[in-house]
Amino acid sequence: MTRQPNRQPQKAVGTPQSRVDGRLKVTGQATYAADHDVTGVAYGVMVDATVGRGRITGVDTRAALDQPGVRAVLHHGNAPRLPYVDNPGSNNPPGERLRVFQDDRVRFFGQPVAVVVADTLEAAQHAASLVTVTYAAEPPSTDLTTAPADEPQRYARGDAEAAWAAAPVKLDLAFRFSRNHHNPMEPHATIARWEGDTLTLWDKTQWVVGGTQQELASVFGIPQQSVRVISPFVGGAFGSGLRAWPHVTVAALAARVTGRPVKLVLSRRQLYFGTGHRPAYTYALKLGSDRRGRLAASIQDIRAETSSYETFTEAVMGPGHMMYRTPNVRQAYATVPLDVNTPIWMRGPGYATGAHVVECAMDELAHELGVDPIELRLRNEPETDESSGLPFSSRRLRECLATGAREFGWHRRNPAPRSTRDGDWLVGTGMAAAVYDFGRAPAQAHARINADGTALVQAATSDMGPGTYTSMPQVAADALGLTMTTVEFRLGDSLMPPTPPHGGSMTMASVGSAVQDACDKVRRQAITLAVNDARSPLHRVNPDDVVVRDGRMHVKNDPTRGETYRQLLGRNQRDHLEVIGSWGPPEQSRYSMHAFGAVFTEVAVDDRLGLVRVRRMLGVYDAGRIINPKLADSQALGGMVGGIGQALLEHTVTDARDGRIVNANLADYLVPVNADIPDLRAIYLDGGNDQNADPIGVKGLGEVVIVGVAAAITNAVFHATGRRIRELPITAEALL
Amino acid sequence: MNGERRTVTVDNRTSLLDLVREHFGLTGTKKGCDAGACGACTVLVDGHRVNGCLTLAVRLDGAEVITIEGLSRDELHPLQQAFIDQDAFQCGFCTPGQIMSGVGCIRERHTGSASEIREWMSGNICRCGCYVKIVKAVQQAAKGR
Repeated sequence: MTRQPNRQPQKAVGTPQSRVDGRLKVTGQATYAADHDVTGVAYGVMVDATVGRGRITGVDTRAALDQPGVRAVLHHGNAPRLPYVDNPGSNNPPGERLRVFQDDRVRFFGQPVAVVVADTLEAAQHAASLVTVTYAAEPPSTDLTTAPADEPQRYARGDAEAAWAAAPVKLDLAFRFSRNHHNPMEPHATIARWEGDTLTLWDKTQWVVGGTQQELASVFGIPQQSVRVISPFVGGAFGSGLRAWPHVTVAALAARVTGRPVKLVLSRRQLYFGTGHRPAYTYALKLGSDRRGRLAASIQDIRAETSSYETFTEAVMGPGHMMYRTPNVRQAYATVPLDVNTPIWMRGPGYATGAHVVECAMDELAHELGVDPIELRLRNEPETDESSGLPFSSRRLRECLATGAREFGWHRRNPAPRSTRDGDWLVGTGMAAAVYDFGRAPAQAHARINADGTALVQAATSDMGPGTYTSMPQVAADALGLTMTTVEFRLGDSLMPPTPPHGGSMTMASVGSAVQDACDKVRRQAITLAVNDARSPLHRVNPDDVVVRDGRMHVKNDPTRGETYRQLLGRNQRDHLEVIGSWGPPEQSRYSMHAFGAVFTEVAVDDRLGLVRVRRMLGVYDAGRIINPKLADSQALGGMVGGIGQALLEHTVTDARDGRIVNANLADYLVPVNADIPDLRAIYLDGGNDQNADPIGVKGLGEVVIVGVAAAITNAVFHATGRRIRELPITAEALL
Repeated sequence: MNGERRTVTVDNRTSLLDLVREHFGLTGTKKGCDAGACGACTVLVDGHRVNGCLTLAVRLDGAEVITIEGLSRDELHPLQQAFIDQDAFQCGFCTPGQIMSGVGCIRERHTGSASEIREWMSGNICRCGCYVKIVKAVQQAAKGR
C-alpha cells in the first residue's frame, strides 16, 4: 500500500459510535422488504409440494379462484415460459437452477408448485389452502450416509497414509453434523412491480446487484438495467440472502401476469425449503502425532449433502489443511446429491464445520497425551500457511490463546474429566481456536462533498446487522475530515456503485476500502481546487501539506491558514464535488489471510438428565483493525450465541419417508433464547492493523466469531462428563 | 390504537398483526413466525404484552392497543434510548417486539435480577444474538423507572 503524505487524523475510526440507524430501528421506522408501501399492491401466497420427489399430475384451482378477491393462480400448467439465461459471476452453484413453474418435476418436499394472487392477504392465504395438487410420487433419497456421492475434491501433501501408519499416537474419529437453517428473524420477502418492461423489486437480499438484480434480469432475459433492486434494511440473513431464491422470481412472475405489484412473504415454514441451509456433513478424521503431540499425519474424508440439481460446495477443507503444522495431509470432500433444496453458505461457512472437527480432535489428542490443550496448539503452530506456502498476512493466535487463558483463569483448571461437581451438575471447561478465511473482492463507492460542507457517500452494499450504516461513515468522516454528523451513508439500491456480496466477512475490507478511496480522492479534489484558486488562503500550498479537520482544509503545520469546504465551493459556485472510488484485491495474493481467535467456555451438565447449560464464555480475536468496538463487541457476542445454537440446539430433521422437514418452525427447530445465554465476553487484540490485507487494515469478523464455539462447548462437555460427543447438536439423548 | 380511536371493519380471519401492518400501515410491528413462537409481533393490549399474530382483530372491540409507533412521540421512551445506548440490536427486526416486551417486563416488575429478566424476556427471539445487551438495556430502563 502507498501511504499518503497527507494522511488524515483518525478521529471516528476506532471509536465506539452508537448505530447511526438506531433511532429508526427502535421506533419501528426502518423499512424491511415487506414494509415498503407500494400503491395497489396485491398479495401472493405460494403453494408448495407435499411429496419429496415425483411429478405433478394435476392442479385444481377452481375452489381457490371462486374465493372473492382472488386474481390468479399460477402453476406450471399456465405460467409463462421464462428464458432462465445463464448468470455467470453469481452465487448460483454449478448445475441447473430450479425453474419455477416451468415443468411438472418435483425435486424436493416444499418446492413451490403454485402461487395465489389476491387483493388481500387473508384471501390469498385461504385460497392457497384450497389449491389441490395431485402427484405421481416417488420415494425421495434423503440419507447422506448411504446415497451415492459425486467425485470428491481432493487435497494432499506428503504421504499421509504412510505417516499415519508410522505415527506412535493415533486417533480415528467420525463426526456428524445436522443440517442447520439460518432462520433470520425477518422472513424472506419480495415486492415486485412492473412498469412496462422495467421491474422494481423491494427484496431481502445480501447482494443487491450480483444477487437479485443480475439473477432476475437473467431469469426474465431482460437487460440488467431494466431491474432495480431496493433493499435498505435486512432483518438478519447469515447467508440466506446470498442468492435470489425461487420466490423472488415467483413474485415477479405473479406481478407480470396480474399487472399488479405483488407482495410475497415466505412463511416461517417455507423458509426451511424455500431458502438454503448449512448442509449436513459426515467428517471422518485420522490424526497421527509423535509422543510430544507434534502432528505427523491427517487423513480426512468429508461428505456433504447437496441438491439433485445444483452442486453446492464451501471451504470446509480449509481448517483441515492450514490450521496446524502437519507435514502429511490427505483430504477428500464429496458432495452427495439428495432430494433436498440447494444449501447455501451459513455464518462461518465451511470453517464452522471443518474447524469443529480439527479443534475437537486437538482436544482429544491433548487428553490422550496428557498435554494441556493450549500447549498442544502452541507445539503445532505453523510458520507459514502450509497449504499455499504463503506467509500469513498476520497470525496472532498465540496472543489470543495467552490472553484468553489469563482472562478466563484457565490455569486454575483441574484437567481430569468429571473432577468438578455442583449439586446435580457436572462442571467442565473447554477451549478451541478459531479461524476464518475472510473474503475480499472488488467494490466501488461514490463520494460527494456538498456545497453546504456535508458529504454523501453511497454504495450498493447491505447492512444485515453488523453496522455497515455506521462503520462506513466512520471511515468516510476521517478520510474527508468531517464528523459523523456531517456525513451521510446510503446503501441498498442497485442504482448505487456495485459491491461484492454482503457476506464472507468481506464488506468492511472491500467496501470500506472503496469508501476510503472515494473519500480520499474527493478530498484531494477539493484541496487541488483550493491550492489552484488565487482567492483561497491555500493558494500555491503543496497539496500534500494540507489536512482537513471538521470540514476545514488547512496547512498541516499552520492551522490558521485555511478555509472550509463550504467557503471553497461557494466562492467557486460549485454545487458539489464528486468521485467514484474503488478498491480490489490483487489478482495474485502474496499472503494467506485469515482472522483468528480463541474461545473458552464453562458448561454445566446435569448428570442424570443430560441437560447442558453454558455458564460463561470468552472469545479473544485477532481480526485486524476494529473500526467500531461497540458494534464489533455485539457481533462477537452474537457469533457466540449462534455457536451455542449450533452446539446444543439446532437441528433440521427430515422424515425419510417423504422428505418432509418435520420441525420447520421456531417451536421445534430450537434456537437460543435469552434464558440460554449467560454473560458472554469478547476481547479484540489491541494494535491490529493488517495492512497486508487491505488499505484500512481490517480482517473481517462476522464469521470467525462463530467458529470454534461449538468445539469449545464440546470439549467442555467432555471435561465435565468424560463423554466425547462427536455429533452436533449435542442432545440430552446423546449424553444419557 | 396508539391513543387514537379507530373504527374499522375487518375480515374475521384478520389477526391483530395483519390489522396493524396491512390495514393501518403500521409496519413497525414485525411478522417473524405468525405462530406465537418468536415474539417479533409483541404489542401492548390494555397494558399487557401479547403476540399480535395470535390475537384476532375482532376480539379487540374497545381495547387499547399500543404498538412501537405509539410508544413515544418526539423524545424516545427510556427503553428505546437504552437499546441504542447498550447496542441491544443488530439487524433490528426483532427490536420493536423486544422493546414492547421489555416495557411489559418492566411494568410487571420482573426485573429483580439479570436471570429474572432473561427468563421473562425469553418469548422474544433475537437471531443476531443480542441477549446480553437486551438484558442490560432492560436493566438500564428499569433503574430509571
